[in-house]
Amino acid sequence: MVDKIAYPVQLIQPDGRRVFRPDYTSLVRDIGPDQLRDLYEDLVAARRMDVEAVALQRQGELGLWAPLLGQEAAQVGSARALRPDDYAFISYREHAVAYCRGVDPGVMTRMWRGCAHSAWDPSSVNVTNPAIVVGSQGLHATGYAMGAHLDGAEIATIAYFGDGATSQGDLAEALGFSMSFNAPVVFFCQNNQFAISEPVHLQSPVPIAQRAAGYGMPALRVDGNDVLAVLAVTRQATQRAREGSGPTFIEAVTYRMGPHTTSDDPTRYRAAAETEIWKARDPIDRMRRLLEREGLLSDEFLARVQATADAVAARLRSGTVEAPDPAPLDLFDHVYSTDHPLIDEEREQYAAYLAGFAGIEEALS
Amino acid sequence: MAQEFRLPDLGEGLTEAELVSWAVEVGQTIELNQVIGEVETAKALVELPSPYPGVVEELLVAPGATVPVGTPIIRIATDAATPEAPARTPVLVGYGPEAAAESKRARRRSVGPETGRPEAARTDGRRPDASPAARLAARERGIDLAVVAGTGPSGAVTRNDVESHAGQSVPPEPSGTAETVQRETRTPIRGVRKQTAAAMVRSAFTAPHVTEFVTIDVTRSVELLDRLRDLPEFEGLSVTPLSLVAKAMIVALRANPSLNASWDEENQEIVTKHYVNLGIAAATPRGLMVPNIKEAQSLSLVELCRAITELTATARSGKAEPAQLTGGTVSITNVGVFGVDTGTPILNPGEAAILCLGSVGKRPWVHEGELAVRWVTTLSVSFDHRVVDGEQGSRFLSSVAAMLHDPASLLAHL
Repeated sequence: MVDKIAYPVQLIQPDGRRVFRPDYTSLVRDIGPDQLRDLYEDLVAARRMDVEAVALQRQGELGLWAPLLGQEAAQVGSARALRPDDYAFISYREHAVAYCRGVDPGVMTRMWRGCAHSAWDPSSVNVTNPAIVVGSQGLHATGYAMGAHLDGAEIATIAYFGDGATSQGDLAEALGFSMSFNAPVVFFCQNNQFAISEPVHLQSPVPIAQRAAGYGMPALRVDGNDVLAVLAVTRQATQRAREGSGPTFIEAVTYRMGPHTTSDDPTRYRAAAETEIWKARDPIDRMRRLLEREGLLSDEFLARVQATADAVAARLRSGTVEAPDPAPLDLFDHVYSTDHPLIDEEREQYAAYLAGFAGIEEALS
Repeated sequence: MAQEFRLPDLGEGLTEAELVSWAVEVGQTIELNQVIGEVETAKALVELPSPYPGVVEELLVAPGATVPVGTPIIRIATDAATPEAPARTPVLVGYGPEAAAESKRARRRSVGPETGRPEAARTDGRRPDASPAARLAARERGIDLAVVAGTGPSGAVTRNDVESHAGQSVPPEPSGTAETVQRETRTPIRGVRKQTAAAMVRSAFTAPHVTEFVTIDVTRSVELLDRLRDLPEFEGLSVTPLSLVAKAMIVALRANPSLNASWDEENQEIVTKHYVNLGIAAATPRGLMVPNIKEAQSLSLVELCRAITELTATARSGKAEPAQLTGGTVSITNVGVFGVDTGTPILNPGEAAILCLGSVGKRPWVHEGELAVRWVTTLSVSFDHRVVDGEQGSRFLSSVAAMLHDPASLLAHL
């Protein structure tokens, strides 16, 4: 296990050559030319979608966005390892996970635009809405997994979080509970090197994956910019969960190439030279080089990928700018599933407050 | 039809931003999401992508201007005959309807002394208590809330108070003369300007400055530079007097280390540096920056030329990293590029010396006993008199001058 932690699992090198790892290659034996092309398309579409959302924020259409730039492989590889009835609990950066689970790009920005409490119906795609509270979704995933375990359901639950979240109490509790109750959870940490501006070595003096040992949980590190390796290790971990063998901790070593959110300026805390190193490990370039080496790239295919990516981006844009502004009183609608006297009282107060503005502008126009 | 792009809130709850530069010009055809310019907020320098494809009709804000969120900054002619988007009131995190109302329509402002009831006037300068609806009603009517008598809880102004006040007094129309002739511009002190000011005050009032001057014949240096430019090693580099001065300065510091030192007030120590992080003062669009070349003592003349070119280019493009702007040990300022003779520079805080290079020009000069036309320049050095005495300062300056007068003597030190 020490070896695995020291050397992240890798199946594709940055220059596109395969790595000889029979133990992990066997887990992705079914990924042939068509499947490799599909993975590439997912990566490109995810990035294109994310770039569009950042542009929309800069144009004043979104209040905030947390870019995933650089983390496409970690998200696509892990999400494509899931089965339809598995359940993903995400943080605020897993746009590619949502995309792979089938969330309509046209609704993805609603929460970020501030026009809805949530963007999509979680139970229709088995992926939660973004959790803004850092690490909270680890507990939600564990609870859901414990329930599934008690029901005897053969599913896996996956909790997505970052390196910074491993310093949160919620996550410590989730790791402890899941081991005690043998909950079928995969803890998928995207170590993107920064908790906002805090470098990962200030979070933990040892590799993040090593923290799992304290809970008795098996853990491994994977090259998070290698979509095939991420797919392999996540398949292995979700299979363990479904079989009732308990939780696994995966540390996907990757890099957040953009800012923490659109409000952040990473040049204030990291050097351009560092970013350059990671550009050479770009997850999309790597996949493209693999396809090139194996003769799987054609103009026709690239045109298809571009068309998909552009369509996804266009859908995201139109869904965002055309989303209707909610009526102010809608704020109270989905707090509880049933009526609640306190909410009714607050609704009335707010309605009276709004009524106080009636006619001010009309009077002058 | 034309679309206006209004400055959005680029961070969470920002109210204004500075337009740093435009990347497009009037008449240019642009695509959706094409970068049109850069703005700097309190949080970050960000690129603005265009929300519309089309042709740039007008740039509404000049580079360097700081404008409130919601200000139209560019007008773009678009093909699509799409109707104007409904005016959304952007109620995003942090700025509420109050800030949004700024952009909605031109309003009559309350002007001059109010003709309202004087008994209700508040003179303590505090923001009067009022309900949000009362504030909006007052703004829409151009009424100063301070002159409205409040009947609400604790004397707060209610909407009814505003309505009844409005019924009694009509604010005068603005005469317009005040806006036609603007005799002064008030620019808020912020950003680089503010930091420069703080650094200059700190330096000028903690380190006792002494400045010395020397005027020298640098004809041989000018000739040397001409020859160096033709060497393949210097191809593509800008070989300027500044690079030679930098080299001479680094050499002269070896014999006069007290100028490459700093005064540590806290520990009551003088810290003499055995390395040279050479600061180069650069005028950038964002203001004065002094990025420095690390370990300059170990660079050859070629490397120094390259480092100076790259450093100043980085600083001018606003891409200098914090590490490049800190840790300097001694600086050069090249005021000669502006055509002036010399100056009395203020020390970069924490450093003990700064060398100033004046313009290099042809002047009448006594050369070998005769009047001749020679390349002449004036060097000055300011030093911290707590650390450096007149003796070391003078030796340093004359040593730099000697090497520039006869660059062959530089060889003796290499």
